[in-house]
Amino acid sequence: MSPHGNPETPASSATEINREAPKASPAPQEHHDRGAWGLWEVFVRSSRGLSHVHAGSLHAPDAAMALRNARDLYTRRNEGVSIWVVPADAIAASDPDSKGSFFESPQGKDYRHATYYTKSEGVKHL
Amino acid sequence: MAAQNLQSVPAELTQEADAAGQAHFDRIIAEDSRIEPRDWMPAAYRKTLLRQVSQHAHSEIIGMQPEANWISRAPSLKRKAILMAKVQDEAGHGLYLYSAAETLGQSRDKMMDDLIAGKARYSSIFNYPALTWADMGAIGWLVDGAAICNQVPLCRASYGPYGRAMVRICKEESFHQRQGFEILLELSNGTPAQKQMAQDAVNRWYAPALMMFGPPDDDSPNSKQSMAWNIKRFSNDELRSRFVGMMVEQVRVLGLTLPDDQVRFNEDTKKWEHGPLDWHEFQEILAGRGPCNAQRLERRRAAHDDGAWVREAAAAYADKQRAKQQAKESMKTKEHAA
Repeated sequence: MSPHGNPETPASSATEINREAPKASPAPQEHHDRGAWGLWEVFVRSSRGLSHVHAGSLHAPDAAMALRNARDLYTRRNEGVSIWVVPADAIAASDPDSKGSFFESPQGKDYRHATYYTKSEGVKHL
Repeated sequence: MAAQNLQSVPAELTQEADAAGQAHFDRIIAEDSRIEPRDWMPAAYRKTLLRQVSQHAHSEIIGMQPEANWISRAPSLKRKAILMAKVQDEAGHGLYLYSAAETLGQSRDKMMDDLIAGKARYSSIFNYPALTWADMGAIGWLVDGAAICNQVPLCRASYGPYGRAMVRICKEESFHQRQGFEILLELSNGTPAQKQMAQDAVNRWYAPALMMFGPPDDDSPNSKQSMAWNIKRFSNDELRSRFVGMMVEQVRVLGLTLPDDQVRFNEDTKKWEHGPLDWHEFQEILAGRGPCNAQRLERRRAAHDDGAWVREAAAAYADKQRAKQQAKESMKTKEHAA
């Protein structure tokens, strides 16, 4: 489903609960219920002009219910004007074990910041 | 580096990976930074957190009951609406916390099953009965007040998802305490009988609220490790003492008294002190022998069973819609092919 589309129209949904598998110490025994509701990640736009921000997650059988549940769970006090729900297993994440190498490129490239250029100090409107 | 799914299968465990993981974990804790779900973490850290977060979630869910009992008997439409909003918040808090617990690798169904089967613990406080309308005031003021005292430092817990859930919860919790205070204030300024009812509720909830902070420090074996891991920021006794200090001030505004003549400010330690608490009672309740333990679990079980048809219907509807969608898509594909 397009996050920009009609929130009332259900589309694809996650069918499996299997969240955030542990990297090390073995997690407790998984317990899979075949009828179990999928896990959805919820993103809320707090007001017009701002981005959607991750608010949390919830379980729901389909997108329409996920949106309704998200409204009840994350916007009980006018916290949002728009909600996205995304099946948790549709999200790809960078590897936390890459020890920073994935983000190394900007290192030592101070010249990408305005603060690198000091000679213009005192010059107005620059 | 390959892109990873949020729910990736655990990497193969090696001693080398463990050593590197431990070093990384130690560094993050030393920097007072945050551990996130996919980081390496020691098994004991995961287990401690899972226990704490799931117990906290269960407490919110069971905590709906004493107050839900009073929704139909609230004295006005306004109070009824407020109480419903509060109980709905408790449900929300439970769900935030179950989400956080799930990131540690435990399925929600398993946690629900454990609660219903009586295998999981929840806060001792919810095993006391709510006898009068004034109890709604005392629960909001004392019980939610103690919860806030406990929870504000947890917003800085080293485990990211737990801290974030607590931030959300704390924002909502202050409404709970204020509405409780207001109920008591109104009763206290009412007829002598109403004032007596408010005092009686405070008398009954005071000691149980103090025990919410957990056993005394010298009898709380897990506290030290939790503090070393930056999960807990202050000891049980420290938080309890702060809470007593706040209540001493606030009870005066209410025109009521605390049922404890040993409350005093110790000038040497600069801490508030209180009278002895019945820790035997606390242990009894944790062991399942409190006034309402059986009733609370029975109610939770019944609610779960009563909701079964809703869960089944929603799942069946979702399956049907999915099947329709798939049929539509395969039709389209065929049309394209033709």
